[in-house]
Amino acid sequence: MPPSNKASPVSEILAAANVVILGKPMQTRLALCCLLAKGHLLIEDLPGVGKTTLAHTLARLLGFQFARIQFTSDMLPADIVGVSIFDRERGSFRFLPGPVFSQVLLADEINRATPKTQSALLEAMEEGQVTAEGETRPLPQPFFVIATQNPSTQIGTFPLPESQLDRFLLRLDLGYPDRDAERRLLESGGRREQLPAIDARLGPDEFAGLQRQAAAVHAAPVLLDYLQLLVAATRREPRFVHGLSPRAALSLLSAARAWAFTDGRDMVLPEDVQAVLPAVARHRLRLASGNHADAEDIANLIRAVPLP
Amino acid sequence: MTTKQEPIDPGTPPWLLVVALATASPHAEHLPPWLTLLVAGALVWRAWLWHRRWRLPPGWCLALLVLASVAGIAWQFNGLLGREAGVSMLVLFMALKPLEMNTRRDALVVVMLGFFLLLTHYLYSQSIATGLWLLASCTLLTAALIRLHGGAQPFADIAGQAGLLLLQALPFMLILYLLFPRISGPLWGLPQDAHGGRSGLSNEMAPGSISNLILSGAIAFRSRFVGEIPEKTELYWRGPVFDDYDGFTWHPAAPKIKLPTSEPVIEVIGTEHRYTSIVEAHNQRWLLALDLATSRPPEAVLAPTLEVLSHEPLRARARFSFASSVDYRANRVEAPAILQQALSLPAEVNPRSRALASKWRSLPPAGITEAALSLFRQEDFHYTLRPPLLGANPIDEFLFGTRRGFCEHYASAFVFLMRAAGVPARVVTGYQGGEMNPVDGYLVIRQSDAHAWAEVWLAGEGWVRFDPTAAVAPSRIEQGIATALPSGEPLPDIVRLDADWLRQVRNRWEAANNTWNQWVLGYNPQRQRDVLSRLGLPNPDWRSMSASLALLCGLVLLVVTLWTLPRRRPVDPVERAWQNYCARLGQHGIDRFPWEGPLAFAQRVASQRPELAALTNEAACCYAGLRYGRSNGEQLYRLQECVRRLPPHGRRKA
Repeated sequence: MPPSNKASPVSEILAAANVVILGKPMQTRLALCCLLAKGHLLIEDLPGVGKTTLAHTLARLLGFQFARIQFTSDMLPADIVGVSIFDRERGSFRFLPGPVFSQVLLADEINRATPKTQSALLEAMEEGQVTAEGETRPLPQPFFVIATQNPSTQIGTFPLPESQLDRFLLRLDLGYPDRDAERRLLESGGRREQLPAIDARLGPDEFAGLQRQAAAVHAAPVLLDYLQLLVAATRREPRFVHGLSPRAALSLLSAARAWAFTDGRDMVLPEDVQAVLPAVARHRLRLASGNHADAEDIANLIRAVPLP
Repeated sequence: MTTKQEPIDPGTPPWLLVVALATASPHAEHLPPWLTLLVAGALVWRAWLWHRRWRLPPGWCLALLVLASVAGIAWQFNGLLGREAGVSMLVLFMALKPLEMNTRRDALVVVMLGFFLLLTHYLYSQSIATGLWLLASCTLLTAALIRLHGGAQPFADIAGQAGLLLLQALPFMLILYLLFPRISGPLWGLPQDAHGGRSGLSNEMAPGSISNLILSGAIAFRSRFVGEIPEKTELYWRGPVFDDYDGFTWHPAAPKIKLPTSEPVIEVIGTEHRYTSIVEAHNQRWLLALDLATSRPPEAVLAPTLEVLSHEPLRARARFSFASSVDYRANRVEAPAILQQALSLPAEVNPRSRALASKWRSLPPAGITEAALSLFRQEDFHYTLRPPLLGANPIDEFLFGTRRGFCEHYASAFVFLMRAAGVPARVVTGYQGGEMNPVDGYLVIRQSDAHAWAEVWLAGEGWVRFDPTAAVAPSRIEQGIATALPSGEPLPDIVRLDADWLRQVRNRWEAANNTWNQWVLGYNPQRQRDVLSRLGLPNPDWRSMSASLALLCGLVLLVVTLWTLPRRRPVDPVERAWQNYCARLGQHGIDRFPWEGPLAFAQRVASQRPELAALTNEAACCYAGLRYGRSNGEQLYRLQECVRRLPPHGRRKA
């Protein structure tokens, strides 16, 4: 079987990230998978559990230019995209690019902004370009958005609608650290101080190569059968208001490929699909009660579908 | 052993409640009302509990309910034996079992009870509607079973699967139906009303007895002719013959006088018509052959008064084949006792009619009949279903007073006049006419076609039919009763259909009923023998029938298997090797979950059985590469090698 990953770039990155982000290897790996699968990532959790640290760490490790926007309710689209100002010396308008012109954009607390501002960002995510003052400008490549949001039960939030949630390939919960990890955190102090010390592990074009390799991981027909059975099961399960869309099925496949790649394998196994399914499906499946599906729902779904 | 106690899927109770409703509801017609209410209440209660997601009632509460209801049933039917009590108990269980339906096993009991309860409907009715209802319920029960085992699926999928299953069962059903040895008579008691009063001609005739029968649109019998059908005016279907008159009512004279033992002599003049009749049960012996029968089925006799009688009263619908000639000479030499009877009249009733008839005594017999007919034709007589009531001298009052009457009035008055004038005569009742159903080619004769006419014995000619009604209302004979009666008379709507499409719907429905009667209800040992001999199995006994049954079922099974085999995915050697490996690990006490991938399984094995970790990991990696990767056959050999290397330990108990 596959030669075990002897210090492959991926495992190196993961090892380095886990030094900074304590006790969350699964989430770190999913976040990296998301970027490998060229998707955008949504992290939802309480303030202070390390959402920003995770995003920032990944950006530095991959050697990407990083920008951060803190969303607030009085923010305007121009605050993200950028504005044109009049240059007196040259006698013309000059475009000042906004924070969206970066490779990794951390959109902090995206659900604090008004829907109008949210949609400006989400459009940029979808198109890979922004249009400001009649001129279309391409965004740098690669372009990733790592958005964080507070649980929508918190006060002063505008929940993202289904269609915009669907633009995020994966959604993660970080959750509280376990006892040991928290103890290490308390002993070694806050994480932000360590960030500047992180060196990039990859050269400028290396990440694109990794993405290509991840996309080339083999998915056998029988694996696609299994994936289709899972998707069909979400569509006929009466607990869900509606099942996964074909786009979600594609997302599931590319995430599963990236997961298999981070495991050092050149083929997708059902385990890979099962591992990424919660992160792919939970924010896309709504229960009749109005909540999103929880981890237990997804586990039941997996248990209800035998391998073909 | 684990599946039995599996809790029920929250989506299944509605299915089972619908099953209970479908199988129990037709019984509401004959259950005591309190039980119907109880059953409805229990089902509604269960539905409400399901809707609110509340707990089911405790066991003691249900036990009390069951005991009280069983006591109620025992009280209602004086015990728990018998059809009514038994069916009531089944319906009760069907309603109460859902109230303790917590596990899948309970749900299975409900479905099985449903199948059983379905069968009991045939104890009450065997009509097409019942058959269709049971077919639909059977599909529903199958669908409920699929839902129970297959989990949540869209309704259309489940219904389609159930329909397909029943469709696959269809050839077996047909084979069993055709070939399963029949026993004569029903397996269980006939529906209760089998021997009760059925409508039909009665064995006496008084004013009003036929006009009451006319009010029924029910079918009396159906006939199919081999060749062409005689003219409508010739279609006189002979029922009971009455030759004894007490001044008000006509009776057959048979028990009073000594009848000749020799067969009547019938000389055929015209062509013979061959036909088969399917006669509805009427609890009497007459078989309603066309006047006059020249050949009759072996199980029937020709009475001295020329009607065809069976040996036993007709208690179930039956088929009879006859030949009849509408042009005949019957009994040109008649027994004196019969002629004597055909002249007898009670003394002192109807003096005016006697006086009228005595004036005709000097005429020849043919002149006397003509005189009587012209009386009806020329005087102001009316044909109506609602004649005025008649008193002590009914024929006098009718002939000289009311002059309004139905066929029994005319036949009765005519025969009275003939006898008073010295001509032997008698009343014949039966049916006249009939309506062709173009859908299946059967002539349908309804109760509303009931009729009474007269028969006169003329020297040299024998018994000759005279129909005085035809003299008054010719259209009754030529076109049927609906045109002869003035509108407003209370004739059943089914006889008086004006709209063409309605008539067509009725014809189709009755033709379907006829087919059902003949091929489903009337499929008796005789019919089965006929069919089998036509299929090339002459004189089948139960042994040859069972043998061909087994052979045919086997053949169908073979065809179905051959048909489905190519659709089944051939078991791939990789998959088989991995299944073997997992099965052998199962003997070690570790079962792979059906949804568990190979590497995840290997990891679990490693944590539970470290001594098997290395081997299982190797097998899992081989399998994963073969099934999900691009590995070649060499890996398959390694995987099969792993299966061999796995120690074949039995399940070790800790």
